[in-house]
Amino acid sequence: WIHLDKTRQSKRFLESRAPKLTENVKNAMIMKGGNTSQVVSQTLKNIYSLKKPTALLYKKKNITRPFEDSTSMEFFSKKTDCSLFLFGSHNKKRPNNLIFGRLFDFHVLDMIELGIEKYMSLSDVKGKTCPEGTKPMLVFAGDSFNTDNEYKRLKSLLIDFFRGPTVSAVRLAGLEHVLHFTALDGKIYMRSYRCLLKMSGCRTPRIELEEIGPSLDLVLRRTHLASDDLYKLAHKQPKALKPKKKKNISHDVFGTKFGRVHMQPQDLTKLQTRKMKGLRKRKGEAMADEGKKAKIVNGQS
Amino acid sequence: MAECNVDELLAKAQQDEAEKLRSITVHKELDLEFDVGNLLAIDNNRIETRDFKGQNKEEFLRSLARDNTQLLINEIWKLPTERVEEVIVAKLPEPTTLLPREKRPPKAKPATKWEQFAKLKGIQKKKKTNLVWDENAKEWRRRWGYKRVKDDTKEWLIEVPENADPNEDQFAKRVTAKKERVAKNELNRLRNIARSQKGKVPGVGLTPTAQQSKDDLGRAVTVAKTSTASMGRFQDRLPKEKPAKNMGKKRKFEPLIGDFSNERQKQLELLKVLGNKTPKLDITKAVNKQMREEDREEAAAKYRKGAGKKGRKGNNMSGKGKGKGGKGKGVKGKGGKPGGGGGGGGGGKKRSKAGKH
Repeated sequence: WIHLDKTRQSKRFLESRAPKLTENVKNAMIMKGGNTSQVVSQTLKNIYSLKKPTALLYKKKNITRPFEDSTSMEFFSKKTDCSLFLFGSHNKKRPNNLIFGRLFDFHVLDMIELGIEKYMSLSDVKGKTCPEGTKPMLVFAGDSFNTDNEYKRLKSLLIDFFRGPTVSAVRLAGLEHVLHFTALDGKIYMRSYRCLLKMSGCRTPRIELEEIGPSLDLVLRRTHLASDDLYKLAHKQPKALKPKKKKNISHDVFGTKFGRVHMQPQDLTKLQTRKMKGLRKRKGEAMADEGKKAKIVNGQS
Repeated sequence: MAECNVDELLAKAQQDEAEKLRSITVHKELDLEFDVGNLLAIDNNRIETRDFKGQNKEEFLRSLARDNTQLLINEIWKLPTERVEEVIVAKLPEPTTLLPREKRPPKAKPATKWEQFAKLKGIQKKKKTNLVWDENAKEWRRRWGYKRVKDDTKEWLIEVPENADPNEDQFAKRVTAKKERVAKNELNRLRNIARSQKGKVPGVGLTPTAQQSKDDLGRAVTVAKTSTASMGRFQDRLPKEKPAKNMGKKRKFEPLIGDFSNERQKQLELLKVLGNKTPKLDITKAVNKQMREEDREEAAAKYRKGAGKKGRKGNNMSGKGKGKGGKGKGVKGKGGKPGGGGGGGGGGKKRSKAGKH
């Protein structure tokens, strides 16, 4: 085991696969089951082209059933270091089936099965498609994505699947691709558009959309969701990533920065202010003043 | 009049603004949730199924998508931009959606031996420059690697030091020294890894170091001998080599189901001893105890005499010698013949005394 990193190249390879503070982009494995229809195979190819550099497309069929036995998925993910998978199959009971799944620590976390009812592939599109590797904008519409538990997990899974690498800055002219998911009447509509930025009166452009493939009408079938504690464990962030809080600094509603300075108690009579020699009280005068004050007090009382 | 003009102007300006923004404003009942770091927008507005079924489905979806995308683009255009290589780029904030990790967060690696030492002493890592000025070649050379500054291997002449053997090959000596250093480094690296994984590290003496003491070598030899299939019973010995003492095992237990008669006898004897009213006297133990008491008294007396360093040293030695002698003779099985035991003890005592002087 130890002898694997004898060369620098192998060492780099192992380091890239080791657990890290900020992780790599999640890779997806796209594979076919025992029996597939043309719809399913084309859909898999299209989704592969959407997720091109960070996805692996398997050519051969794998005779497994992820919902019953997830060991083969875990084995593949260990071999190829992929934490997302898309498994397509077709049989009489579940026609045109897609299983989206993700893994945590090489064990299955969530699996959601969707059925394709209607689809349009990339090749049917007339217009120009977006270049490979553009980071897509994701939009989810429909209140069920916020209310229903299964839909919430599905939303999280789809974001994970399609979001691509996390970048610090994005080219404004390169925001071309939009993936729109609508949840309505128990169905999920996935549409993919090309975004045209048109002139408007002001700086922000007006958007016109042009449909490109693939577009899918999906139906939610079985789900295998992770238990709450496993889900929580998967979300645990390492402490080093937390931004360090600076003490004694607070921010206002308006964004003003306030600081706190802690002082020792000061004797204001002994402050070093500007000296004006003329105003300085001489010794004799001071004592006379005090004496006068005392007399007055006594007199009154 | 002026006021009217001003009011009119203001109204007109507002109208113009509204016109401008009309092309990009979208009216929604509920505001969308944005995660600009992920280029994500979530629309929680209810979608009326009536609208959906009435119009052409695709058109409805497309207009919905257009509105949502417009709002997302508006958000993105609010971000600070900068120019990077003739391209305008907007700086994205950190993504806010919590997504599960791929693997567990990494565990902190335990510090290596050197790191522990450096921390203790307060030694900081000093960053070294890649290139060093070479006076001989009058150019910048690497600190290590190909064509480095101080390259030992390229020397064609090595002076033989005064105290070295004239027939020794100095070049070969350098090569072997380098090999040894490399091996030592590799060993330490593997040891660090084993320690970090709490693996079993072979003990001292079994792994080769530069200087090995007689004990280390002896231990290494015994371990090597016993690591055969028959536990070293058929290994040849050197002519004068003594069979090794029991180095590992310290206790020997009787097998659970072994000699029944032996076990029975032992148990009966035990019962007899327990049932006995008078205590059993172990002669050898008694003799040894007596001898030890006498030695102690002698030593205390000598110390009190104030002999000084010599006396104390002598005392220590005498104590050891006597103890060994007495015990060595005493171990002759339990309760040997009283006469034999006493005689042996006495004889041993005499002998050790002679040995001291």
